Amino acid sequence: MTTIDDYTEEARQLDKEPAMSVEGLEAWYGESHVLHGLSFDIREGEVVSLLGRNGAGKTTTLKSLLGLVEKRKGSVVYRGQQLIGMPLRKIAPLGIGYVPEERGIFSGLTVKENLLLPPEVRPGGMSLDQIYELFPNLRQRLSSQGSKLSGGEQQMLAIARILRTGARFILMDEPSEGLAPVIIEQIGETVKRLKNEGFTIILVEQNLQFASDFADRHYIIEQGTVAEEISNSELVNDMEKVRSYLSV
Amino acid sequence: MTEVSQTTTALPHADTDTDPLHYWIMAGIAALVIAAPFLVYPFFAMQIMLFAVFALAFNLLLGFGGLLSFGHAAFLGWSSYVAAHSAKVFGFTPELAIFAGTATAMVLGAVFGWLAIRRQGIYFAMITLALAQMAYFVALQAEFTGGEDGIQGVPRGELFGLIDLDSDMTMYWLVALVFLGSMAFIYRVIHSPFGQVLQAIRENETRATSLGYETARYKLIVFVLSATLSGLAGSTKAIAFQIASLTDVHWAMSGEVVLMTLVGGMGTVFGPIVGASVMVVMQNTLAHLGAWIVIVQGTIFVVVVLVFREGIVGMLSKWLKRSL
Amino acid sequence: MLELIGISTYSLFGQLLVGLINGAFYAILSLGLAVIFGLLNIINFTHGAQYMMGAFAAWMMLNYLGMGYWPALVAGPVIVALTGIAIERSMISKLYRVDHLYGLLLTFGIGLIITGIFRNYYGSAGLPYPVPDVFQGGIDLGFMYLPVYRLWVICASALICLATWLVIEKTKLGAYLRAATENPSLVEAFGINVPRLMTLTYGFGAWLAAMAGVLAAPMYSVNPNMGIDLLIVVFAVVVIGGMGSIAGAIVTGFALGLIEGLTKVFYPEASSTVIFVVMAIVLLVRPAGLFGKVA
Repeated sequence: MTTIDDYTEEARQLDKEPAMSVEGLEAWYGESHVLHGLSFDIREGEVVSLLGRNGAGKTTTLKSLLGLVEKRKGSVVYRGQQLIGMPLRKIAPLGIGYVPEERGIFSGLTVKENLLLPPEVRPGGMSLDQIYELFPNLRQRLSSQGSKLSGGEQQMLAIARILRTGARFILMDEPSEGLAPVIIEQIGETVKRLKNEGFTIILVEQNLQFASDFADRHYIIEQGTVAEEISNSELVNDMEKVRSYLSV
Repeated sequence: MTEVSQTTTALPHADTDTDPLHYWIMAGIAALVIAAPFLVYPFFAMQIMLFAVFALAFNLLLGFGGLLSFGHAAFLGWSSYVAAHSAKVFGFTPELAIFAGTATAMVLGAVFGWLAIRRQGIYFAMITLALAQMAYFVALQAEFTGGEDGIQGVPRGELFGLIDLDSDMTMYWLVALVFLGSMAFIYRVIHSPFGQVLQAIRENETRATSLGYETARYKLIVFVLSATLSGLAGSTKAIAFQIASLTDVHWAMSGEVVLMTLVGGMGTVFGPIVGASVMVVMQNTLAHLGAWIVIVQGTIFVVVVLVFREGIVGMLSKWLKRSL
Repeated sequence: MLELIGISTYSLFGQLLVGLINGAFYAILSLGLAVIFGLLNIINFTHGAQYMMGAFAAWMMLNYLGMGYWPALVAGPVIVALTGIAIERSMISKLYRVDHLYGLLLTFGIGLIITGIFRNYYGSAGLPYPVPDVFQGGIDLGFMYLPVYRLWVICASALICLATWLVIEKTKLGAYLRAATENPSLVEAFGINVPRLMTLTYGFGAWLAAMAGVLAAPMYSVNPNMGIDLLIVVFAVVVIGGMGSIAGAIVTGFALGLIEGLTKVFYPEASSTVIFVVMAIVLLVRPAGLFGKVA
């Protein structure tokens, strides 16, 4: 089990290499060949977003990084470890947190149970008090059933429970989906704060404005491969162009 | 490296393509049926054929309808009781007795099917089992069924009032007719437009519904068909072997027909015939082992389910790359 | 008033007591089935055999090891749970990626094997198991005779059901189970060992069945067939109650036991089929089951 010293030593060494390096990632759902050789990098402390149309393969990419697809091929190296071939339950202990599409809040559990469900994987996770400070409305809803929360509250819960585990590498799937602008802003503030604290985040998003608020780089995914990589300033300058390109 | 983690395989794909090979196989089976009484005891061959009808009927529901019923003994058993009783007590001629028994199974099938269809998958299996158990208890307690003794001494009678069935050979030809006729009929059903829709429902029910098919009705129809043909097997069996007993209505019989279909090959056309043959042969050779039969059957279940899911004909079909 | 219909209160309440006890067993067994089904998505046809093995464990411990009821109550279910774990690890887990009807067929086959083996060695006649001394005798309550052992069985069953409910609904382990039932891959993505959870859950289901078996041993003779007919009735109970809630399974079990008991008093011929009739009615009126979520 890694100690704090191992962890900081690791971090120092890996400053030079990308935190995660994906090469030739392919994925299948049954007969359907969904990813056709995807490659990208992300460095420690970066926020990278995966943009693309519906069905381009963005969510599948995130799932393939973890191993939540039926069949995958290629290479996913995280801090020197090959993730392909690793059983799913060994991924989280590496410090990887997952905030799924549609939040994944368990309806049979209370808010508190949902919050405490993912086990701590690294020292230095947020304490419950810190979490309540970041997300005050969660504290009031602790004993409600998970399904009784609004979309925004569920999204915060989904993020909060990962923050508690000490994971520093987060996969976030469409956090802004289906939420009111006010709530989206709140979520955005949270993500910005995480970035400032050095979290590494891969974000899947359809909302370009939201993504551009904190991502450093963007990969445009099309038909299961990376079509283009653009920096955030490029996106901000040409947002309309990118948006119309993606909505065709 | 390729990593496969979470495949979910559905029940074996049922191939509904016709193939000229099928007609050759059926001709071959017919030839075998004609030759059989000169090679083995007619009794033994009749047993195989009637259980084959039962298994073919069952496979229609499971292999092609995608519905696992654990209560088919109800149809086999009750049809045999009604056929036996009408032949022995009402003096029906054999074809009327068989008709009565088959009709009983059809009605029972309609009632059970209508109730069971309301749930899917595993619940469906449990419901059919529970309903069949109820049918068993009624059979156990009813007067006319003779309880533990069953109905014995069922007369063979005269077919259409003309043909005396007392001779085993004549009876044999009737059974052969029932068997070959059922096989041909089921083949037609599988390869008909009805069969195609069934296949579509089995593979993706939501899609079929969105295409406008009333899936519940199709499922009910195939259930009733399956029950009716099981009833045909049961009634003919009562006349041929001149007895109707609790064995035919007991849950173990429901389990046996599942095993026959599994061993032979679910979703194949000819699998059930092979499965029935294997099981009848096994029963007869291992009869002296008593309780060991149950252990052997259980073991076959376990082995087939774990490593041999396609069954004998299924594997043959894969090897030959033709539908069987 | 009952005397008018020719039924004494002793016989009425006597039957109700039997009904309550049957109901307790229906509750415990349907609880086990529901817990296993919720997470593993298979119907455990071996459940009846595991109930039987519990009773036999008690009998064997007494007749081969000279160990009495209390050690049997503790060790018997544990032994059966261990066999359950072995079954899950070696066979059931191989079928998780395949249509779950195969799991049903597998456990059916295993049930046949186990029952066959016991029938081979012990025949079909029942073997007696004595009521423990401390529970001998009964209390005359005036309107009924209450055997002490049966009172014990009811209390023990209620306790087991309550404890199970508490563990599942109120503990962290229960939270893992409930979450994994809803979305097993997400739970595993959080780092929880879901395969091991499934193994333990199956073992627990077997434990519950065997526990009922040990409780049953002094009341019904210990014989290899004792589990099978019971299991089919329990299936009907499960269809009636739906497998959506733990509390629902418990309530349905007890209630149906009582209904069966009442039927035995007023219309004995129907008592073996009344639960199936109730099942048919429920299917017509509320297909998802009384406490079930949508099918």
